[in-house]
Amino acid sequence: MGKRLSKFFFISLTLLALILIACTVLATTEPTTGQQVAEKGSKLPWWAWSVILFVFTFILGILAVLGGVGGGVLFVPLVGGFFPFHIDFVRGAGLIVALSGALAAGPGLLKRNLASLRLAIPVALIASSSAIIGAMIGLALPAHIVNILLGATIIGIVIIMASAKKSDFPNVPKPDKLSQTLGIMGIYREVSLGKDIEWNIHRTVSGLVLFIVIGVMAGMFGLGAGWANVPVLNLLMGAPLKISVATSKFLLSITDTSAAWIYLNSGAVLPMIVVPSVVGIMLGSIVGVRILAVAKPKAIKWMVIGLLLFAGVRALLKGLGIWR
Amino acid sequence: MVEDRTKASGEQIIYANILNIGMYLGLALIIVTFLIYMLDILPSFISPQDIPQYWTMKSGDFIHSFHAPTGWDWLAMINKGDYLNLIGIALLAGLTILCYLSILPILMKKKDIPYVIIAIIEVLVLALAASGILKSGGH
Repeated sequence: MGKRLSKFFFISLTLLALILIACTVLATTEPTTGQQVAEKGSKLPWWAWSVILFVFTFILGILAVLGGVGGGVLFVPLVGGFFPFHIDFVRGAGLIVALSGALAAGPGLLKRNLASLRLAIPVALIASSSAIIGAMIGLALPAHIVNILLGATIIGIVIIMASAKKSDFPNVPKPDKLSQTLGIMGIYREVSLGKDIEWNIHRTVSGLVLFIVIGVMAGMFGLGAGWANVPVLNLLMGAPLKISVATSKFLLSITDTSAAWIYLNSGAVLPMIVVPSVVGIMLGSIVGVRILAVAKPKAIKWMVIGLLLFAGVRALLKGLGIWR
Repeated sequence: MVEDRTKASGEQIIYANILNIGMYLGLALIIVTFLIYMLDILPSFISPQDIPQYWTMKSGDFIHSFHAPTGWDWLAMINKGDYLNLIGIALLAGLTILCYLSILPILMKKKDIPYVIIAIIEVLVLALAASGILKSGGH
């Protein structure tokens, strides 16, 4: 099975690379103004981009699940770097993609008591308010600055993903006062151990302060923010890993909602980009989850991190005008 | 009867149920309206054939060049295939507000004052974001 899966993964990556190369050749990626649009545009028929985007995001959805990352964090730098769309529309679509994924996963996670509403509600208020500010800043910045900052952020995410340790059951010697006042605690059934796990959190204030930064970045780049939510909830605040991952996923449905409204109200949401991406990535995620149930070679995580690094470098070089 | 503490709370279940229904409805809507747009069943503000010429523009320039609607002005244009798509997207984006409003009575009943306050502020924040007052790069 491992060999077959590796072969499948290799084919997926090759397909993805071919699509990216084709997009670079066929797209006009330079930002245009109203006067320039008559001469610039696409070398492909209008419907082809929707089909390519659908196929691309379908593969991305599979890889994201197998690599343990959110779709949004791969979507924005890769689509922004290789497709002809302006980064504003890519970020708008990225937010809707991350939002849809969170909305789809949220109900199941809440019902199984893995995502904690008690933990999410205070955190979400901070993150969603900050995401509004991030979205407004992001839409006001010139494209090349956004690309430079995006590239730097993605490279930072790669470093976090490659180096951050995770703790299944962090030690919380004493819950802090704020978490006790808010009653942020819980209990869930850990099937793998066959027992109930009680959990508390600490360092709530520090965590909430970090969620200001996370919210701003999520809104600014349209990335979703699972890559940052999980380490803060798990390593800093001390929530068990399962609770952190599930609450983070659910949290995106609130954080990304506020930023998505700013993009929507600012005209930065194009259905032609959003809909194939949302459908593609959701179908891909469904297939990815099925594959994940069978096997999960560790190498895949590293390949996805490599893909993310490539996307980050591409965004950085594009912003600096070195690789247009 | 002893309460099973591993089970999700009442408000969590209600939140999850509304999210679930809204998510499927929103997804179905965006797929159906997208087909209407792609198949040119309704006239469009900018036709699918022409959109590739303009998606390289900054969103602010796009709006400025075509006097495209910002904020909630698109609602007046849902007879256009492209803006019809925004109904499903707005539903997905608006679901969280609905979920918060639905759990507020339960939190109030439990006299969970801190969470009532936080939930009300969250609804106000999301309503502000959704209102169209805060936007960037418009006319």
